[in-house]
Amino acid sequence: MSVIVFIDSRGDKIPKAAQEAVTYASQLAGGPVTVVTFGGSTLLESLGAQGAKKVIVARGVAIVDGQQLTKLVCDVATKESATTIVCVHDGTGKAVAPRVAARLKAGHVAGALGLPVDGRFKRNVFSGKAQAWMEVTSPIKVISLSPNSIPIAKGEGTVAVEEYSGDLGAARITVKEVRKAGTGIPLPEAEIVVSGGRGMKGPENWAGIEELAQLLGGATACSRPVADMHWRPHHEHVGQTGLAIRPNCYIAIGISGAIQHLAGVNQSKVIAVINTDPEAPFFKAADYGIVGDAFVVLPKLIEAAKKLNAER
Amino acid sequence: MKILVLLSQVPDTTARIAFTNDNTQYDSAGVTFIVNPYDEWYALVRALELKEAAGSGSVTTITVGGADTDATIRKGLAIGADEAVRVDAQPTEALQVAEHIAAYAKDRGFDLVLAGKETIDHNGGQVGAMVAELLDLPYVPLASKLDVNGTVATVERDVPNGVEVLEVSLPVVIGAAKGMAEQRIPNMRGIMAARTKPLTVVPAAAVDNTGGTVKFELPPAKGAVKMIPVEEAGKLIELLHTEAKVI
Ligand SMILES: Cc1cc2nc3c(=O)[nH]c(=O)nc-3n(C[C@H](O)[C@H](O)[C@H](O)COP(=O)(O)OP(=O)(O)OC[C@H]3O[C@@H](n4cnc5c(N)ncnc54)[C@H](O)[C@@H]3O)c2cc1C
Ligand SMILES: Nc1ncnc2c1ncn2[C@@H]1O[C@H](COP(=O)(O)O)[C@@H](O)[C@H]1O
Repeated sequence: MSVIVFIDSRGDKIPKAAQEAVTYASQLAGGPVTVVTFGGSTLLESLGAQGAKKVIVARGVAIVDGQQLTKLVCDVATKESATTIVCVHDGTGKAVAPRVAARLKAGHVAGALGLPVDGRFKRNVFSGKAQAWMEVTSPIKVISLSPNSIPIAKGEGTVAVEEYSGDLGAARITVKEVRKAGTGIPLPEAEIVVSGGRGMKGPENWAGIEELAQLLGGATACSRPVADMHWRPHHEHVGQTGLAIRPNCYIAIGISGAIQHLAGVNQSKVIAVINTDPEAPFFKAADYGIVGDAFVVLPKLIEAAKKLNAER
Repeated sequence: MKILVLLSQVPDTTARIAFTNDNTQYDSAGVTFIVNPYDEWYALVRALELKEAAGSGSVTTITVGGADTDATIRKGLAIGADEAVRVDAQPTEALQVAEHIAAYAKDRGFDLVLAGKETIDHNGGQVGAMVAELLDLPYVPLASKLDVNGTVATVERDVPNGVEVLEVSLPVVIGAAKGMAEQRIPNMRGIMAARTKPLTVVPAAAVDNTGGTVKFELPPAKGAVKMIPVEEAGKLIELLHTEAKVI
């Protein structure tokens, strides 16, 4: 089986999800793999630690143009006689992986949760309320890996970085502007998420949520009404119609736990819920619960987090 | 402007999730089906707004599905689509659905093709991108805003920790996410009009089969919740650290 892996390596470090994908690909292949990527990263050699043997990089491409990147991935796949193409199930992967699959008439597993078992790939369906085992019967497979699905390998290995020299044509998409909303950890990559709902009463009360998230090294999220009322930016909204996340720890404060909200967070490893209402449905989905007022509980959590950080 | 909206049918967001036939099939007994929220609230409504703003053009919906999807398709017409197309095939997998849609859309000169970000049952986020590839068009996933000026579309798309503003020439395929429009509730006039609007059923052509779901499973039941008295709230952090080992 020949496996290649396509990642987005832009940014000042190699994104966590990209390192996971390279790790995953080399585990699938049972040995070092070829990575295909784009942009100006100077850190590509470090991917040897995750099991890359060669990186083919299209330096001239700096933006996500699905057509250019699809051509890049398919060219490399052909050159390497790849039968499996691993991608990341993130914004870049979603612009590229299904296109690669359509071009190569390959079955596509969107959001694999781990290595295959008996040739079947597990993925979330019904917004995390169930999982499906998927079989791919085509000669070529495209597997998009869900972020936070496997631990990153930290091995040793040397990498040959090669520049892609083919012609990818002109980009049909141009980027006019990038508006950064924050510099923290992107929500889909965060291992700890502190989230607030309507019970937080207003945007002016988010300082505590942000402080706790920061102390724990996590990201902030919110329920849908909170984003709808513009208390928080849209990209923080988690749930059935927002982001689906799978952190190790999800702390929900002043969120009732409606089924549509749970759909986006019920894959979290551990869930802690703070709510004044002991009947809030969220407690049924929780591992830890505190019945209490956010404005009383949050300062105590912040204090405890400061103490923990001082000790470690 | 000629707009095509990809409309899929999904179980209601509160529907019970259960499986039959040795967990190989979704148990739809007693389940209400709806238009996939992303397709209805964002893709379709934005398509209608763009048509209204242009003062001309048409909005066609397309669904790959059996006759059991007709009532759901009529909802799209009630909200304001001009006509609906149904490709008569049971959806089994993203590429199959995309090939059916691309076969219909090819050579029909749509300026804009709008899909939802993803279906809330299959959660693939694949079909829009695959249709774009098959039609050799650009595709922008996760779009939270869409404006069209002449032949140029301006699209905002969510990226980690922010928003990217893109420009792309028509024709283009867009994956619509939250923010693109506000839900519209169909009124009586719309519902009446929908009964007489055209719903064309086209036979399914031969398409590729690359696999699909062979089995479902439900997540293991959660253990009991451990309650911490509010006076000792700080203990939560301790437990998350020492017991759950997640912080
Ligand atoms: C099709 C559809 C899709 C949807 N998609 C989503 C989605 O993706 N994500 C999502 O979140 N929602 C979604 N919803 C909405 C969802 O049904 C709920 O309405 C929403 O999640 C409720 O948000 P909330 O818990 O913040 O607010 P509320 O339901 O108002 O709950 C607030 C909670 O805060 C508690 N509270 C109040 N004061 C305090 C205090 N001082 N301290 C502590 N607790 C307090 C209350 O007891 C209550 O439980 C969707 C709905 C539909 C119909
Ligand atoms: N059976 C279908 N018929 C028409 N459009 C569909 C169908 N399935 C998916 N789509 C469209 O493709 C989008 C992404 O679907 P998916 O790839 O299943 O997550 C949906 O939001 C719809 O707009």
